[in-house]
Amino acid sequence: MSTAILDLPEKEYIMPGTRTCAGCGLPIAYRFMLKALGPNTIMTHPACCLTILHGMYPKTPVGINAVNNTFASTAASAAGLAAGFKATGQDFTVLAMAGDGGTFDMGIQALSGAAERETDFIYVCYDNEAYMNTGVQRSSATPAGAMTTTTSVVPKEQSKKDFIQIMEAHHPAYLATTCSSYPGDVYNKFAKARNIKGTRFIHLAIPCPTGWGFHTRDTVKIGRLAVESAIIVLYEVEKGEVRLTGKSLSMAKSGRRKPVDEYLNMQGRFRKMTSAQVEEFQKQTDKHWEELLRRAGF
Amino acid sequence: MGQTLIMTGTQAAALAARLSRVQVIAAYPITPQSKIPEVLSEYVESGQLKAELVRVESEHSAMTVCISASMVGARVFTATAANGLAYMHEQLHWAAGARLPIVMPVTNRGLGAPWTILNDMQDTIAQRDTGWMQFYCMNNQEVLDQTILGYKIAEQLLIPVMICFDGFRLSHTVMPVETLTEKEVDGFLPPYKTPYKIDPQNPVNMNPVVLTDPIPDPHGELCPSYMGFRHRLQETFENAWPTIQAATREFTQLTGRSYEDCLYRYQADDAEMLFVTMGSLSSEATEAVDALRAGGTRAGVIGLRVFRPFPAATLAQAVSRAKILLVVEKAISYGYEGALNTELKAALFHENGNRPAIFNTIVGLGGKDVKPKDLEQIARESAQEASKGTVQTHPRWFGYGI
Repeated sequence: MSTAILDLPEKEYIMPGTRTCAGCGLPIAYRFMLKALGPNTIMTHPACCLTILHGMYPKTPVGINAVNNTFASTAASAAGLAAGFKATGQDFTVLAMAGDGGTFDMGIQALSGAAERETDFIYVCYDNEAYMNTGVQRSSATPAGAMTTTTSVVPKEQSKKDFIQIMEAHHPAYLATTCSSYPGDVYNKFAKARNIKGTRFIHLAIPCPTGWGFHTRDTVKIGRLAVESAIIVLYEVEKGEVRLTGKSLSMAKSGRRKPVDEYLNMQGRFRKMTSAQVEEFQKQTDKHWEELLRRAGF
Repeated sequence: MGQTLIMTGTQAAALAARLSRVQVIAAYPITPQSKIPEVLSEYVESGQLKAELVRVESEHSAMTVCISASMVGARVFTATAANGLAYMHEQLHWAAGARLPIVMPVTNRGLGAPWTILNDMQDTIAQRDTGWMQFYCMNNQEVLDQTILGYKIAEQLLIPVMICFDGFRLSHTVMPVETLTEKEVDGFLPPYKTPYKIDPQNPVNMNPVVLTDPIPDPHGELCPSYMGFRHRLQETFENAWPTIQAATREFTQLTGRSYEDCLYRYQADDAEMLFVTMGSLSSEATEAVDALRAGGTRAGVIGLRVFRPFPAATLAQAVSRAKILLVVEKAISYGYEGALNTELKAALFHENGNRPAIFNTIVGLGGKDVKPKDLEQIARESAQEASKGTVQTHPRWFGYGI
């Protein structure tokens, strides 16, 4: 399923003037997510960049109901909303959103529990690869070779946690990856997820100029480079079957793929990477891409 | 009026949840609470209770499920103890700050390290400052009654309530409990109606970042600061007694059982020596009082049913004629003394300036048995110290051996 840009709902749920950093990828994706999900959505989130986006009391630029919760509790909060609505006969799409710190690290227990219980909700991990809201500290989603404020002298030595595989092992009703640089892909996947029952997990890659060290005008470009280099692969999984989508699908068909260098070189956080680390990064990227090609039947 | 049944404290708590027609239950097991989610699962699976049962993966999530479900208008229930309650700590603050009328029985148990599964009150006393009301039960009848009363009070004040009762001593001990019929409870406790319905046409951002100073909303109306919200919680606590008493009076009309007095009083009117304590220790102390009175000592018991809000004026008045106060506690604020002792002394200072001889004794930690004989001994030895004019400088630990 795909929607032409002219057919997207005109209704906007995010007003101009959010408090996110200049060049933040999050509001780009969030705008299209909410167009896909519609007004009957309630969103729960921990303290994270999204808290900043939603603004400070008593004003908010976002036109859907939102619930704030604590860092470890996002998926459990969604489970409570789903149970509360069911018990009181209300009908809402329950959306849970947390960053990589709130998902890969602290939120994993509640998310694993909610997914195992087949809770009826959409969970979005918007991944900007570090604790950005608190000032760019390392998370388990930070890639090897990246500098953060807690890996500033010696860049991170360990690889990014393969969290999507952890979620796939929960056999959710729907699992997808997407990136803020491809709003059409974002929209399509949320429009699809909205109509599926059960646990739906979406990994949303979000470039972060503040934390990654690139110019704010390059947010879309960096996200596209990540996909064009297959560092981020756009796909969805239903009943164990992998389907590539959008740019990743056309790359699979054409066989064209950029090396990782351009993506890495544009970002200050990778400036201390050794050539051996770059080589390893390329190797891991190749392996991941080939595995997904194989699973998608290419 | 319902039947009189023989049941444990955990069964009484689960029955109270069913009679209160809770709509969402978050269940996670911990000894000695485990029977509560087990019984509730049976109720839900057999169709005796129409509720969403969420078998969560932790206590932190249990309280989170309650928070979110309560926020959208459901009557919610969970129960825990000890480390489970400690694991919830962050969410206890959140629940109170968000003004959600959650009712949670806690089967009081000691905290690790080292491990104990047995009873003391360190778990709930340590949560004193989370913004929850705390009711303490003397027996299983009170577990049933206070839980139902808990919803009635919480839903009016929009403050969550812990129903605290001693692990094993009440949770696993069978006692006769006079139950209520569903019809009686339905009349007493109408369905919960949240004051804030979730409306897609009027979206709101709930519990966002709040600033240090009041600022106007887009319509120009000044909105509270963070401290403003917190002050509202304290203000509701300070004005809670009329609501609590009205609920207990209505309950008395229904059942004949009176909890209007936030204190349990036994032989207290003419007592020269009073045990001041909480939970099942209050019933235990009545036996010691009988023995002491038989020996010619005018002893009595004051048992606190409500610890938050703290009934300072009522308590100071209740002990005003006694010469010796025996504050016997199953919890301690390390580095000082039992919390009840501190608060009792503060109440006296504040209310009437009386300076009776006060002896704080820490007993029963980690399930150490406290017999009426032990309480008698504490009373006699404290009386001797009092006659020598001894002023206690730190609490006495009783019965720990080495």
